[in-house]
Amino acid sequence: MESMLSLRSTKERPYKVIVAKLGLDGHDRGAKVIARALKDAGFEVVYTGIRQSSEQVARAAVEEDADVIGVSILSGAHIHHVKALIEKLRELGAEDIPVVVGGTIPVVDVEELKKMGVKEVFLPGESLKKIVDLVRRLAEEKRSTGVAKG
Amino acid sequence: MPRGERMSSDLRNLFSEALSGNLRAMGRLLTALENPYEVPPDVFDEIMARAGRAHVIGITGIPGAGKSTIISRLVREYRRQGLRVAVIAIDPSSPLSGGALLGDRLRMQEDAKDPGTFIRSVSTRGLKGGLSLAALAMVEAFDALGYDKVIVETVGVGQAEVDVTSAAHTVVVVTMPGVGDEIQALKAGVMEIGDIYVLNKSDLPDAQKAYEYLSFALDKGELGVQDSQWRPKLVRTSAVMGQGVSDLISAVEEHRDYLLKDGKFTAKLTSRRITLVRLMAERLLAKGVEEAMSRLEDRVTENALKSKGLLGVVRDLAKEACSAALNP
Repeated sequence: MESMLSLRSTKERPYKVIVAKLGLDGHDRGAKVIARALKDAGFEVVYTGIRQSSEQVARAAVEEDADVIGVSILSGAHIHHVKALIEKLRELGAEDIPVVVGGTIPVVDVEELKKMGVKEVFLPGESLKKIVDLVRRLAEEKRSTGVAKG
Repeated sequence: MPRGERMSSDLRNLFSEALSGNLRAMGRLLTALENPYEVPPDVFDEIMARAGRAHVIGITGIPGAGKSTIISRLVREYRRQGLRVAVIAIDPSSPLSGGALLGDRLRMQEDAKDPGTFIRSVSTRGLKGGLSLAALAMVEAFDALGYDKVIVETVGVGQAEVDVTSAAHTVVVVTMPGVGDEIQALKAGVMEIGDIYVLNKSDLPDAQKAYEYLSFALDKGELGVQDSQWRPKLVRTSAVMGQGVSDLISAVEEHRDYLLKDGKFTAKLTSRRITLVRLMAERLLAKGVEEAMSRLEDRVTENALKSKGLLGVVRDLAKEACSAALNP
């Protein structure tokens, strides 16, 4: 019964996820595949497109009141952009929105991204199911803790 | 503190922070308004009391006609004039998964440093007519927060898109060359509801012919038959190149002046709230019905083979549905 109820409430207000490409990087196939997989799993996906600045992504997440932000970066500039994004989110009082990163990220950078506050880093070859499941878990966590905070 | 009171004070705080320009608070307030019947009455009333001044512009039309691009141009121009602009972009949700791909931001790249704009994407959540209850409540919120222009972009499903008229002061129907002949222009539905018609992509080869079809239909009084005292305007634009945007703005402002002069501006507010209240009441009832029907099978099984009692079950379920709607 409990699970049915939560399913119903999700149906009323699906989880909202921002999918964005940060920086000068036009390779959006991966981001589109992720966006589509999340849509098919019942998420509301706000796709912001390529060549977004960290300000734009943070602003979109705040305006949309997103549950999760997913950024795709294949340019190699992930450290710089993600750092800026997380700073911008903090400025806007939105540091509680979890950020996940995917793309061609060298394994040696994963720790550094996580230290900045990134919840998960998906490397090439990751299964869609695992990504969708993790995004759902992060969204659930955020909804259960973030409601009372103004 | 009881849950209801806590929610009320949380939302009250959110609302006052949103009024002071806090974007994060605005985003959260809009989320709370996605189910407006759950908003505490004092907050709901204050939003309604503060709203009523914004000019609500509905933009509708077939997919790919260029609605989002036109809106990004309008936003830029209104910002230049110093007006605050909010955009509610509605996209369809999947009937299969309930998910949605909301892609209107893609063509509405906003200036992230400008505090005078706000874009919010909304999915239809399976509602017909494209204009969901959430969007309607958000119109009230943006209005209450002091936005001068609230632009509502609706799913371009074409001929079934008429709900938007009840929420918008000014309805702009966007079309483009190459999507049909004069018969298409005369068809019932979306082509009847415009106060202003935009032929976008007017740089395309077929544009002149399309323009002639449309102006012919307009002259014959076949388009925009909603208001007999307003003669619908036809504007040619090429939004990507920024052409015709100022013509569109003047047409929109002319329509606004017309509404204000005649007291119709306020009448539109009333009709928007009629739709809001109807949708809220319907949604509450639907929730009550869903709750009551969870007992349907048990009740009927008890009485199914008896000679009487089924009618009583029907009446009981209906009564329980009403009471569940009012006391969730």
